[in-house]
Amino acid sequence: MSKKFDYLDHLEAQAIHILREVAGQFERPALLFSGGKDSITLVKLAEKAFRPGKFPFPLVHVDTGHNFPEVIEYRDRMAKQLGERLIVRKVEDTILRQGLKDGSGKFPSRNALQTNTLLETIEEFEFDACIGGARRDEEKARAKERIFSIRDEFGAWDPKRQRPELWDIYNGSIRKGENMRIFPISNWTELDVWNYIRREKIELPNIYFSHSRDCVITPGGQLLAITEHLNLDPEDVRTNREVRFRTVGDATCTAAVESPAITVDDIIQEIIDTKISERGATRLDDRLSEAAMEDRKKNGYF
Amino acid sequence: MRNEFSHPLSFASNRSFKLFTIQNCKWICWETWSLEPEILKLFSFKISGSRLQVSQQIHSRNMNILKFITAGSVDDGKSTLIGRLLFDSKAVSHDVLHTLERQSRNKPDGELDLSLLTDGLRAEREQGITIDVAYKYFNTPRRKFIIADAPGHVQYTRNMVTGASNADLAIILIDARQGVVEQTHRHSMVASLMGIPHIVAAVNKMDLVDFDEQVFYRIAADYQKLSQQLGIPEVTFIPMSALAGDNVVTISEKMPWYTGKALLDHLETVELAEVQEDEATRFQVQYVIRPRTEELHDYRGYAGAMRSGSFRKGDKVRVLPAGIETTIKAIEVHQQEVDEAFAPQPVVLHLEDDIDISRGDSIIRVEGLQPAVTQDLDLDICWMSERPLYPGDRLLLRHNAATVKAIVKEIYHRVDVHTFEKEPAEQLKLNDIAFIRLRTAKPLVFDSYQLNRTTGSLILINDNTFDTVAAGMLHEVPVSETLQQDFAI
Repeated sequence: MSKKFDYLDHLEAQAIHILREVAGQFERPALLFSGGKDSITLVKLAEKAFRPGKFPFPLVHVDTGHNFPEVIEYRDRMAKQLGERLIVRKVEDTILRQGLKDGSGKFPSRNALQTNTLLETIEEFEFDACIGGARRDEEKARAKERIFSIRDEFGAWDPKRQRPELWDIYNGSIRKGENMRIFPISNWTELDVWNYIRREKIELPNIYFSHSRDCVITPGGQLLAITEHLNLDPEDVRTNREVRFRTVGDATCTAAVESPAITVDDIIQEIIDTKISERGATRLDDRLSEAAMEDRKKNGYF
Repeated sequence: MRNEFSHPLSFASNRSFKLFTIQNCKWICWETWSLEPEILKLFSFKISGSRLQVSQQIHSRNMNILKFITAGSVDDGKSTLIGRLLFDSKAVSHDVLHTLERQSRNKPDGELDLSLLTDGLRAEREQGITIDVAYKYFNTPRRKFIIADAPGHVQYTRNMVTGASNADLAIILIDARQGVVEQTHRHSMVASLMGIPHIVAAVNKMDLVDFDEQVFYRIAADYQKLSQQLGIPEVTFIPMSALAGDNVVTISEKMPWYTGKALLDHLETVELAEVQEDEATRFQVQYVIRPRTEELHDYRGYAGAMRSGSFRKGDKVRVLPAGIETTIKAIEVHQQEVDEAFAPQPVVLHLEDDIDISRGDSIIRVEGLQPAVTQDLDLDICWMSERPLYPGDRLLLRHNAATVKAIVKEIYHRVDVHTFEKEPAEQLKLNDIAFIRLRTAKPLVFDSYQLNRTTGSLILINDNTFDTVAAGMLHEVPVSETLQQDFAI
């Protein structure tokens, strides 16, 4: 037996260790499951950490209502296959209940409104920890994120209150009202995730692979799938392209990239060859301001 | 810079490449960076007339991860060095580069301010400081790298301790014009305290001392004295200019007198510790898996990570601190039964006997070096809280999965991080490093930090705010006290 542990084994071992710490330290944790590749990777890691037992947490999806149907189908099928509990809470309901203003304009995003629904869901189920698939390589404000990230009762992240994280000892102790966000794949890069997906032969929703889709070209030059949620004008430039998505999110603000990649291997090669980072390529909201992510996190965003 | 990136030949800029002729055809061949850690790309360009033919070969390799920390004060060029490593290893993507260009507009001649790559939060940019430890990732064909970037300011000791706790290597930056200064003492003291296995003393800004050999050797000799005083076993000295890139990624032509490796080459090749056959076997239970289903009615698996050493099926083991002996019935790794498991694998253990075991308990092989099991702990700590620590204070102690209450029995002494002098202390303040004694409510199962960084480390937690307030490195138990312990039944 080889004692060579390669970098994916190390990343996997760390993530499993973290997931088991969550199970050991919290009363009512939850795993945020969007049907995106990062949360799908978390589910795979949870299987490795807890099978043949059940997960010590339910899967929770905060549904913007702006999802691609393929992703929702995948989400429901996966939860059933796993035999784990899936909790879905809709942003739409929060908007009605709290009398919030829905996203407006040509590309009405509910990305920011997700935070309200997430906080409501945390309150409803009294979750003390939420496991998420965020990675430090995604963005500069994320690079400072802890693996165990403490939030106050408004879900707010205060960079100055974050606890020093030493060795692999995680401090999950919290006071009433506070909760913890936990990021087991913090140290993974986009490419690490894809390499892991390849190694573990993980199935993904098909929107990650090249397909033909009607898109609109945004003023910033990005391709956005045409869905009923957009408020397009007649003069907007429509086009049919061979595209795939690098992230799965609110369909009104998650851009597609042109790509012929139809397999995981193709995608990995494409990532190696391309030099545009994941968020920059696909997120309209992060482009708005350099500190966009920092601001959203402070308001309780993941 | 922009043009270089858009040109395919930009790949060649930092890597040795060969030019040769086969059958009247000129070839250029080189090894290049790839974002893909498993892959080493060999590009070869065939030049025939005006046509350029490109072929690409991809090689897979078994990669590992090197985690390192950079220590330097604000002006040592630390951010520039990290920026240089990220930039030259192509870890910086196009859009980030654009942002960088925009932010560097005030700089002369379109020169990029590489230090901006490591400054994250708006609050930091406004104040021109870095608040916390930031993690950066890059890779070369040989290795994946994780940098813990701890900023140099008042909070520095605390942040460096945090970054150092997980580091395999520390780069200590020394300004060639200043030489070994007070900061260097502090950084080296922390690196030594935290048991970082590899130290690089990077003498930076050699361009500002005319790449003078004598300056470098003088500083190296000074540092050697310091490292001996601290008992640092191995130091690698590299003269460099992070700003211009000399000896960072490629060997500098301006310092022909230097015969060692460039920094990146050293980072790529420095040997990482692997599991030793005779290493003490340590395992701690994180979580008990009990499916309680019809088919798996009696399944009871102890989930946790191998902390050090290895287990084999059939090993005689002792459950601590209870002291009960049993045998390993089965080892599972990802639901597959295996004969052997080794650190740091996550495993599920099954024991022959039905024993009451819960989270935080240790399972140790009966043979081989035994851990200490005691309630009286001597340890070095770094105090990380604004609120001072006094003898008599009560805290929570977390030792991986084990949490116990603890009380401060004595502050033996504080260590001056600049002079390394031991001095008496009635209280400990933020960033203080000290040697103390704790008494715990239940026995702890551990090794000395010097012997085992994993089982010899702990954190202290304030029992009211639950903030992490100290990092602790355990010392060996004095022999006189070991004799009094009789934990085995």
